[in-house]
Amino acid sequence: MAKMTMIEAIRSAMDVSMGRDDNVVVFGEDVGFFGGVFRCTHGLQQKYGVSRCFDAPISEAGIVGTAIGMAAYGLRPCIEIQFADYMYPAYDQIVSEAARLRYRSAGDFTCPLVIRMPTGGGIFGGQTHSQSPEALFTHVSGLKTIVPSNPYDAKGLLIAAIEDPDPVIFLEPKRLYNGPFDGHHDRPVTAWSKHELSEVPEGHYTVPLGKAVTRREGGAVTILAYGTMVHVALAAAEDTGIDAEIIDLRTLVPLDLEAIVTSVSKTGRCIVLHEATLTSGFGGELAALVQEHCFYHLEAPVMRVTGWDTPYPHAQEWDYFPGPARLGQALRDIMEAR
Amino acid sequence: MSSDKAGGEPAAIQPLKFHVPKPASRPGEKPDFSHVVIPKAGSVARPPVDVDPKDIRDLAYSIIRVLNREGQAVGPWVPDLSHEDLIRGLRHMMTLRTFDARMQMAQRQGKTSFYMQHTGEEAVSCAFRIALQPGDMNFPTYRQAGLLIAHDYPLVDMMCQIYSNERDPMKGRQLPVMYSSKEHGFFSISGNLATQYVQAVGWAMASAIKNDTRIAAAWIGDGSTAESDFHAALVFASTYKAPVVLNVVNNQWAISTFQGIARGGSGTFAARGLGFGIPALRVDGNDYLAVYAVAQWAIERARRNLGPTLVEYVTYRAGAHSTSDDPSAYRPKSESDEWPLGDPLIRLKQHLIAVGAWSEERHKQAEAEILATVIAAQKEAESFGTLHSGGKPSARDIFEDVYAELPPHLRRQRQQIGV
Repeated sequence: MAKMTMIEAIRSAMDVSMGRDDNVVVFGEDVGFFGGVFRCTHGLQQKYGVSRCFDAPISEAGIVGTAIGMAAYGLRPCIEIQFADYMYPAYDQIVSEAARLRYRSAGDFTCPLVIRMPTGGGIFGGQTHSQSPEALFTHVSGLKTIVPSNPYDAKGLLIAAIEDPDPVIFLEPKRLYNGPFDGHHDRPVTAWSKHELSEVPEGHYTVPLGKAVTRREGGAVTILAYGTMVHVALAAAEDTGIDAEIIDLRTLVPLDLEAIVTSVSKTGRCIVLHEATLTSGFGGELAALVQEHCFYHLEAPVMRVTGWDTPYPHAQEWDYFPGPARLGQALRDIMEAR
Repeated sequence: MSSDKAGGEPAAIQPLKFHVPKPASRPGEKPDFSHVVIPKAGSVARPPVDVDPKDIRDLAYSIIRVLNREGQAVGPWVPDLSHEDLIRGLRHMMTLRTFDARMQMAQRQGKTSFYMQHTGEEAVSCAFRIALQPGDMNFPTYRQAGLLIAHDYPLVDMMCQIYSNERDPMKGRQLPVMYSSKEHGFFSISGNLATQYVQAVGWAMASAIKNDTRIAAAWIGDGSTAESDFHAALVFASTYKAPVVLNVVNNQWAISTFQGIARGGSGTFAARGLGFGIPALRVDGNDYLAVYAVAQWAIERARRNLGPTLVEYVTYRAGAHSTSDDPSAYRPKSESDEWPLGDPLIRLKQHLIAVGAWSEERHKQAEAEILATVIAAQKEAESFGTLHSGGKPSARDIFEDVYAELPPHLRRQRQQIGV
């Protein structure tokens, strides 16, 4: 075991995968010689050579399009889109091509491909370095979508994603890269080294796709969260003293419905939490599933705490970010609801 | 006082004018191909494949031709093909044309929803396929079925796909003609445009990464070169010297839109390659021998690690874009007859007759044989069903192959449909 940040865990996942399988290749903008703007691929080119880890032109459609061709050939590309906000030029390749290749060719061609993208705000990135576009992927049949919340999961999920036979969108909450950010932006930054989930095996292991995990057991209310929001939820439970059960979904598609239903059936209350915009967000899907499967257990309407339906602002970042204060108020409200 | 003209009055600022290119002629007008400059067959030099791309920039503006008006093969691009090879090629093109005619009719009879013919463009895909090696991979558009026919892909399987019947290799999921066959070097057709172009470059990059010997061929039409994926493909192919042949089939028409709308002011589509340092050739797409010769040149370059080549096939879409299209609404009815590069089947037939390897009698006999073969295949395919009658794919097939393994939410949805 070693102490790792999210960045180191993600790098270790690619390192382990490249070491085990010659077909794993890594590329993207600034990914090769320099090692990525967030340093996630640092050292991989030196270790595995320029054929396995290389710089790409600034063309997201080209990066994803060539990766699909490589995957069809038989490689397992693990590519980086520098920010999730930059993925739109590649969206056609992701939606119409990667996601449907197996289906439309009846399995004649497949697309084992991982697309890594830093996601979410909290770093004063403004509208083009802060978005959380997970619902644009969960809405697409044929894709799997992952959002890890800690170094241990990030490594195990990324290795599982690279070994998966289908295209996987791997969203890395960039505010978590260097520490478990709980939304209290006015407090000192904490490091991963003090967090138990920064204990990461140096070798190969996987965290299975489609399995949620309970981060905090509680009886009063269920909070469904993923990525950065898992830490926000933990902080809000602590701040309010409300006995919340916190489910870290980890994989959005395929979703661990059983874990959700078990928890909400027990607590009778549910808050859905995400940083992305509200309308047509993944929270809408979660709320609908809870309603369909837990209606007779519910003691209060399902609530959603999310980013506002606006572009992600720059100066007003902390008015936008659904932090522990806003979630805390929702927790108090849902406990009072009858 | 400042002035645009030295010593003169200030120039009056004129209002801007918006420019929209127009084709040479529209319905009711006389067809005009005077803008298609056609060099004499045999007049374009054949450079060595390891030529410096900057030394052959003129080839992006000319047209490589082998067959002259008398049906003789002339000049430095005459390929090394035997009479038997050429007869086989003629039969491939005749098969494709007959196949098209039967499937077009089947669509009109309601046996399928949609069809797309190749009329006038048969030489492009049929001749190119012969220049490839086993294991090479095409990333085709919907108008390259000659790649399958010239590789002896079963006609029955193609028809079963078109009919979406119980034997449809694509299990009813794809529009007619969106074939896929890895075994036959034919990548799954998307139906979106241009996406495959950059994927072909990626496949070729993978082959180079793995120190393989296989190469890729990308296909696109004149209109779709306007898509950003085309430009991304050229950037990546150029940057990584990918072993890929970048084919542009310029059949003059993108549905109703003439090629000038996509081409802009560049003169030719081949010239698109020059800014990327990619050698670019233009070839008479209705000349089977020239297509083969140019394909062979470009494929050899890719195979010898010399990088990509852009090839523009100058041809003409003699038929409608698809069964949903009526070209009389946007181009003169007689335009097809006026196309100056003729018909690829007739030209190869005339060549074979001119060299004494073929005759009108043998041609008629071959036509009858091919028609019988295609009709037999059609009968067999129809015994497995057509779109609205007989055997059809299972509703279960809706849910399979979305992922390698059926996830829980799709299992629940499949249970709802009761299969």
